[in-house]
Amino acid sequence: MSNTRAAIRVPRVETQVSARGPRVPRLPRFIAWAYLAPVVIYLIAFYAYPLYRNLDLSLRDYTVRSFVSGDAPFIGLDNFREVFADPTFWPAVIHTAIFVVVSIAFQYAIGLALAVFFNNNFRLSSTLRALFLVPWLLPMIVSASTWSWMLNSDSGVVNTALNAFGLPDINWLTSPTWSLVAVILANIWIGIPFNLVILYSGLQNIPDNLFEAASLDGASSWQTFRHITLPLLRPVSAITLLLGFVYTLKVFDIIWIMTRGGPGNSSTTLSTWSYELGFGSLLPHFGPGAAVGNLLIIVAMLCGLLYIKFQSSEASR
Amino acid sequence: MKTSRSTPKTVIGVVLTAFMLFPVYWMLNVSLMRTGDMRRDPPYLLPLHPTFSGYRAVLNDQLPYLGTSLAIGIGTVALTLAVSAPAAYSLAKLRPMGGKPLTFILLMAQMIPGIIMAMGFYSIFLNVGIINTWWGLVIADSTLAVPFGVLIFTAFMSGIPDELIQAAKLDGAGSWRTFVSIVLPVSRNPIVTVSLFAFLWAWSDFIFASTLNSGGSMQPITLGIYKYIGNNNQEWNSIMATAVVASIPAAFLLVVAQRYVAAGVTAGAVKD
Repeated sequence: MSNTRAAIRVPRVETQVSARGPRVPRLPRFIAWAYLAPVVIYLIAFYAYPLYRNLDLSLRDYTVRSFVSGDAPFIGLDNFREVFADPTFWPAVIHTAIFVVVSIAFQYAIGLALAVFFNNNFRLSSTLRALFLVPWLLPMIVSASTWSWMLNSDSGVVNTALNAFGLPDINWLTSPTWSLVAVILANIWIGIPFNLVILYSGLQNIPDNLFEAASLDGASSWQTFRHITLPLLRPVSAITLLLGFVYTLKVFDIIWIMTRGGPGNSSTTLSTWSYELGFGSLLPHFGPGAAVGNLLIIVAMLCGLLYIKFQSSEASR
Repeated sequence: MKTSRSTPKTVIGVVLTAFMLFPVYWMLNVSLMRTGDMRRDPPYLLPLHPTFSGYRAVLNDQLPYLGTSLAIGIGTVALTLAVSAPAAYSLAKLRPMGGKPLTFILLMAQMIPGIIMAMGFYSIFLNVGIINTWWGLVIADSTLAVPFGVLIFTAFMSGIPDELIQAAKLDGAGSWRTFVSIVLPVSRNPIVTVSLFAFLWAWSDFIFASTLNSGGSMQPITLGIYKYIGNNNQEWNSIMATAVVASIPAAFLLVVAQRYVAAGVTAGAVKD
């Protein structure tokens, strides 16, 4: 495909040149590459090399000492075997799946509802829409520590609100039943703005006359939503969900700061487990930690490929 | 008719926004609370007895962290712009061979979970001996922004009319001259967008800071807050006051540079 595009471009450039006279020389290829050189070097040094080191970590038996000296023995896939056999493995996978699916379902549903709501231009709508961005802009540690305190068992304002409705206190962060719910709650809050902004911009691209025609035909607002908004929004929705999936898979800060994956393993996901293995204790298990990271990257990359494939097929339509 | 229909919507919108921003309000409220009221049940919903002792604690304890974060943020912005703007110029206007695969790689690079990069960087930094340095974090944090920067710049520079660049060439400007005196000056908007996001991401970074600079003498504000939570988990007014101060860049972005924010969120995700 890139060949066909190049073939189309070349004659276009030449006609332009000949129209203006033959004086403009075409740039040699190496000049174009000279501008790319910094980013290519950068990608090799600061992306490819760390990824290679991570892969290397996951295939060797590293200890703190051999980490520095660099002579850890090669053990093949033993780290991966160790990870699969670990009693934390399946809980971490299941928590990751629940965390991602539930977070995205709510973020998307709430984001879509808000996008449809803000698509009506009312007074203050753009100001309020901008304010909705706040959770997304705040540093994760700020949101996470604020939610930690709001969900505190004894003095948290959330339990105060529950009590006001006659409900009992919930040990959000300290009981294994609720810790995953608590971090999902905070993560939904953080993710709503992203969904709102992207879906809103998708809605803005739907021509107004479609909505007008629907209302002239006497469609109810639900019918309009169901038969016009939702189908026309499908490409944007798919992109939002795929990107949301990748971003949510990466979430680490919020869980680590709020619960450290605990109590027990009750809110451990693959990211927090990987961090915990590598950095969470005085006796680091870099090898297994890197192995978990590499499992995570495979899932993320698959989603990334889907996203890019989807986006380019949308762009070429 | 339009206004009569829109007033209830405005009211609903205000209520929804208030509900959404309640945690932010709560952060402010707790930051002004007296330590003695912290464990009160039910808590004061309004800062009726405000105290600035939390903010005094920020001034006493957190200024070095804030300064380090500022330096890391500025360094990240500089590195990101220096690497991404020329690359985008090439991708958008010079049509290099291999441009398409490179764009693909940049898109994929954004999908890599931070913990994996952190572990890779950790082992490299340890070998090279730059663990626990603030400028090591500049390198690590810039990986959050460089792919984004190249994609934003490329999207914008593709829209610069070819005639403008041809005209510069006819006037005898080389490609570097064209880049510096034509392309960069008209690219003010993407420069602002990329700078703002690079700064914000570097400022907010926790995972690189906690892995690559956990024992350094110059640590960013995210670690300042994290240590605060660990050390004195009774004085939540100080913790929340630090959180408020750490939110200033976000607030600044929202008030001063709102249009760039929305541009940054949607860029790359939605094709116009």
